[in-house]
This record gives sequence, C-alpha cells and structure tokens, in this order.
Amino acid sequence: MVSPATPAPAAIWRNQRFRLVLYQAAALLLVIAIGAYLVSNTLANLEERSIRTGFGFLSREAGFRIGESVIPYDASSSYGRAYVVGILNTLRVSILGIVLATLIGVLVGMARLSRNWLVVRLASLYVEMVRNVPLLLQLFFWYTMITGLLPSVRQAVQLLPGVYLSKSGLMFPAPVPHPGHPYMAAAFVIGCGLAWGYRGWARRRQEATGQVPKLLLPSLGLIFGPPLLVWLASGAPTALDVPAFTRFTFRGGNSITPEFLSLLAGLVLYTAAFIAENVRGGIQAVPRGQNEAAAALGLRRGTALRLVVLPQALRIVIPPTTNQYLNLAKNSSLAVAIGYPDLVAVTNTSLNQNGQAIECIAIMMGVYLTISLSISVVMNVYDRYVALVER
Amino acid sequence: MRNKTLYARLFIAFTVAVLTGSAHAGKTLDAVLARGDVRCGVSTGVAGFAIADSAGNWTGLDTDFCRGLAAAVLGDAAKVTFVPLSAQQRFTALQSGEVDLLSRNTTWTLTRDASLGLMFAGVTFYDGQGFMVPGDLGVQSATELDGAEVCVQTGTTTELNLADYFRANNMNFKPVVFENLEESISAFFNGRCQVYTTDRSGLAAILAVDAPNPDDYVILPETISKEPLGPVVRRGDDDWFTIVKWLVYALIEAEEKGVTQANVASMMDSQDPVVKRLLGVSGDMGTKLGLGNSWAVQAIQAVGNYGEVYDRNVLPIGLARTGSNRLWTQGGLMYAMPLR
Repeated sequence: MVSPATPAPAAIWRNQRFRLVLYQAAALLLVIAIGAYLVSNTLANLEERSIRTGFGFLSREAGFRIGESVIPYDASSSYGRAYVVGILNTLRVSILGIVLATLIGVLVGMARLSRNWLVVRLASLYVEMVRNVPLLLQLFFWYTMITGLLPSVRQAVQLLPGVYLSKSGLMFPAPVPHPGHPYMAAAFVIGCGLAWGYRGWARRRQEATGQVPKLLLPSLGLIFGPPLLVWLASGAPTALDVPAFTRFTFRGGNSITPEFLSLLAGLVLYTAAFIAENVRGGIQAVPRGQNEAAAALGLRRGTALRLVVLPQALRIVIPPTTNQYLNLAKNSSLAVAIGYPDLVAVTNTSLNQNGQAIECIAIMMGVYLTISLSISVVMNVYDRYVALVER
Repeated sequence: MRNKTLYARLFIAFTVAVLTGSAHAGKTLDAVLARGDVRCGVSTGVAGFAIADSAGNWTGLDTDFCRGLAAAVLGDAAKVTFVPLSAQQRFTALQSGEVDLLSRNTTWTLTRDASLGLMFAGVTFYDGQGFMVPGDLGVQSATELDGAEVCVQTGTTTELNLADYFRANNMNFKPVVFENLEESISAFFNGRCQVYTTDRSGLAAILAVDAPNPDDYVILPETISKEPLGPVVRRGDDDWFTIVKWLVYALIEAEEKGVTQANVASMMDSQDPVVKRLLGVSGDMGTKLGLGNSWAVQAIQAVGNYGEVYDRNVLPIGLARTGSNRLWTQGGLMYAMPLR
C-alpha cells in the first residue's frame, strides 16, 4: 500500500476557524469605529456651538423643588441629589406596583378558572377591558377621577380621627420621630429572620416526624414580637404628628399624593391584567393528570392547587411575568404626564435648566437599564430556585 | 404616547446634532433663501403670543415677529413654517437646526445665553412671573402663600423663580409639576392646587381663554421675577443673529417714527433722514444686512410696527401696554439702537 501523500497545509485564509474570527473582529472594529466617530463628532459639534458638556453639573445647586421625596431635599440641594430623589420615587412606585400587581394578578388569574360563573365573567371583563385601553389614558382617567370627584382640600373628608381625604391626597398621622424607631426597625428585620428560621425548622420537623407544627401564629409572633418589645423598652412612645389644617392645606403627619395614587392604581391594574393571563395560562398548562393524581391521593382541591398545581405552574408563569415587571418599571415613566416627580420628571426639569440634553438622557437611560437588568437578575435567580429539580 | 414622541424628537435632534457637520455656521440665511421659508419655533399655545385657531392659522406677538422676518428676508410674510415646541424641546430643536429661530416666550438668562449654544437677539416683551389664586381664598398678597400647593409647568425659569421667591421669603410650598401646559392648567382649575404660577402674560392668557369663570380668580399684585422674552438664534451664525436683532429694532424704530402698516407707502416721501434710512429710501441698511433695501418696508407692510403688533395681539387678552413695554420716549424700555 502506498501511504497517501500528506496534503499540503491549506492557506490560513482557507481555515474556517480563522475566517470566523476574522469576520467577528472586522465587525467589532466597525462597531467601535462608528461609535468613536459618533462620540468625537458629537463632542466636536457641541464644542463648536459652545454647548457645555460633562457631568460637572451634578454637584451644582439644582434650584428647583420636588413635590415629594423620601429623602430630605430642597431647592439648595444638588442636581445629583435631585436625581437620587427621582430614582427613589421611580423605585418606590415600581416596587410597590410589582408587589400589588402580582397579588391582584394571581387572584384574578385564579378567578378566571373558578367554577363560579359570576366570578369568571367579572374577571374576564376586567382583564379584557383593562388590557385593551392604553395605559396613558388610564392614568389620565384615574387622575381626573381623583382630582375631579374628591372634595377640595378645605372640605376634606375625615375618614378616621386625623385621617383626611381630598384632592390634595390622603393625609394621615405619623409617629413623631423617636430615638427608639431605628431599633424597632432593626428588631423587625431580626424578627423576619427568626420567622424564616422557624419555617425551615418546621419543615424539617414535618419531614422527620410527620407532625405539622403550627406556622401562622408563631411566625406573626416572631415577626412583630421583637419590635413590640423594643417599643415597650424605649418607653412606649405614642406621640403622633396629626395633620392639621392651616390656611391652604394640611400640615404635619404623612400624606399620599393623588399623583402617586393615580400612577400606582393605573400601573397596578394594567399590569395585573397581563399577569392574570400569565397565571391562567400557567395553571392550564399543568397536565390534568397532575390534578387527578392529587385527587386520587385524597388531597382537597385547595391543597392540591397549593402543593401540586401552583409549583408546576410557577415555572411557566415566571418568564412572561418577568417581562410584565420590566414593563411596569418602564411604564412608570408615564408619571410625568400626571405630575408625579419620578426620574423622568426630574430629568426633564434639570435638562431644561442646564440644557445638557445628552448627559441627562444618558443618565436616565443608564438608570432604567440598571433597574431593568436588576429585575431580570432577581427573577432569573428565582426562576432557577423554583426550577424542577431532576432526581 | 406623549413621552415616546418626546424621546423620538430628542433622539432625532441628537442624531442631527451628531451627523450634521459644521455646514450650518453662518449659513442660516442661505438655507432660508434656498428653502424659501423661515422655520420658526413657537409655543404650543399661549393666547396673545402664539396660538393656532381651529383652521390652523397662528396668531400672536411671537408669530407676527416670524411673519415680519419672513417678509423682510423673503418678501412674503406667508413663507413661515411654524413649529410648535414644548418647553423641553425648544433649545434642542434650535441647536440641531430644526428651526431657524425661536420666537417662543423664552426668558433671556445668562445660563441660556452662555452655555446652550444660543444667543438672544433682543426683547419683544418684558414680562414677570406672577401668581393666580381662587378669589374665595381671600389672599391679598403673595407673601401670604406659605404652605400652599402650587401648580407649575416643567422646564421653565418659572420653576426656579418659584423656589427662589419662597426661599427668599422663608416660606414653604409644595410644587405639583406637569409636563405640559394644558395638564397644569386643568389641575389648577380642578382644585388640585391653590396657586398657579407662570409669567403674568401667561396668567392673563389663561384667565382669558381657559378659566371656566374668570371672575372667580385673582392675579396677585407681586411680580417676582424679570422675564425678558425675545427671539433666540443659534450661536455661531453672526449674520443671521444680526438680521433678527435689527428686525426687532426696525419694528420699534418704526413705531417711534410713526410709521404704520397703513401709512408706510406715503412715509416713503418723508423728509426725516431716519425714516428714509429705515425704509431704504436712502442709505443701504438692508444691503448691509445681506437683505434687500426694502427689508423694513416689507416687514412693516406685513405686520405693522411694534405697537401695532402689540395692540393687535396682546391687548385682546387684557394686558394693557404699561411699564417696560412702552417706548423709551414714554418711559418704557423699548429702545431701538440707531439705524445708521
């Protein structure tokens, strides 16, 4: 046998691997070149028109007020702090919105599968109506309802002693700040940790002995007991800052503004309709056999739903629901239309005062990107946590 | 949705800013002549200054200035494209070349003049910020407003003046800030706030046009800021800047010399050397600006002198011509530099 001649090594540009790398490198270079051109040209144009650039403005005095803030802020604070106020306002409405939308969404989703004719129709009506009307219109609707129907602040309705409802929002008493409060908050966190630990212990005990320890009451005790003890130890301060009417509006206490309330209502009801559909789809996607098997084991309908159906449905529900959470966070930017001072509102104002549109928009984009990616990461981690563990 | 269009516009403006080279500098007049129209950025609707009627015809002091400019430059007052711009869009639109000038109740401030790539070409209206409250509150003075909720539109000097005024007087307030004018006005008339604030001209316009019952509201006596409003052009085009600036002066000079829309033809025979230079009978003032020598005649024929523009547009919303807005000869601040 004649051994086959070893083929001459192919030229390097005929190597598939080499060519793939080459193409990708070329594409990358092109992108970088375009990016560099855009940046340098923008800077040159801004320079030529003597438009100020850079992020130096963040440390300068903002000079404008913001309607509501969770941290101390006034007109002499910096632009940077104004941005933080805006970001916190966005996060406040987003996080609360996600929690409430999830609760309502799950309830409505299950209601659509109920055996009660009326409940099914009502849930369907809600979903179809809310899902098919643009969110901005719904926000205007809620805002007009609240500011149009409620009495003016001088004729505010007293709901409870010290609690007033009017066009200016819901005013309610707040505890007068006391040195014991931070410790109460710490005790609350510790209590939550204890309750979590107790839950783990209860599960292990159930697995080991078959006995089911009581869960609800001891958990509540563990969560609220420590702060209560700290409260008693710090002398049981009961002083309340009750809102009192001054010449124009209420002073003191705490308040929820109609802007926040309308935005929250709009976002929650809109997003909940989509989540409800995700939940319904997820539950219906669990094979019927699972339900029948649960029934055959003698589980009641509720227990079967909780222990057999929902855990499996969850895996189907989570990815599309993550999308809805992202939508809710981004839709919160519509706040600007009804006067809620979210990140977009603050950006708009500062953009106008200092004229640095590119920097301001870049900050806003960066913040929304960060919020969205954070939601994605958290939801992906949770998704992995509830994923089917193959044994 | 409103926001999306805003960002789309900002994005376009940004792209334009990025992609256009230096071709613009010094070329606005050429571009206007080549295009055959003046692109004029105006407000989205302030009675007396720039407001469109149901047929889409714009009227107002700001829009008349643009018509006069089109007449001076192109010889035809109709060759104007009005671009309604919100407070946030206006500077970006001008910077990026979307409009040739802003004639849009914009306050002349140092920051805007020095750091936004713009230049203010003159003052066509001296304004000041004021407060409006429902009459039944019994408020007599702005110094009583401690603790009130104030409705205000975003993106204006108004927001800063408001904070400054309350800070200076050691008072507290809660702003409710809206993105657009209509929302902020309806929130106030709905009773969401006890106070509405903007320039006094704006208050008069709102009271005249938007108030359900104008007698129920009062404008407080205090004027808390100086708001000189006037046309703005892009920085870096000195020729165009000079044209816009001198058109303001020409309209004021015409009023001072008694040249009106009606008598401008007969005034061509005037023996007053200033009138002769203004109307291009003698000298070459228009040519120096790069325009025809009858530039001022065309503008005056189209819109009249400054006083006529004021009386036609601003008087009907209930703002009498008092104080700074009168001619300097009558104790006001309207003063044209010498046309020679």
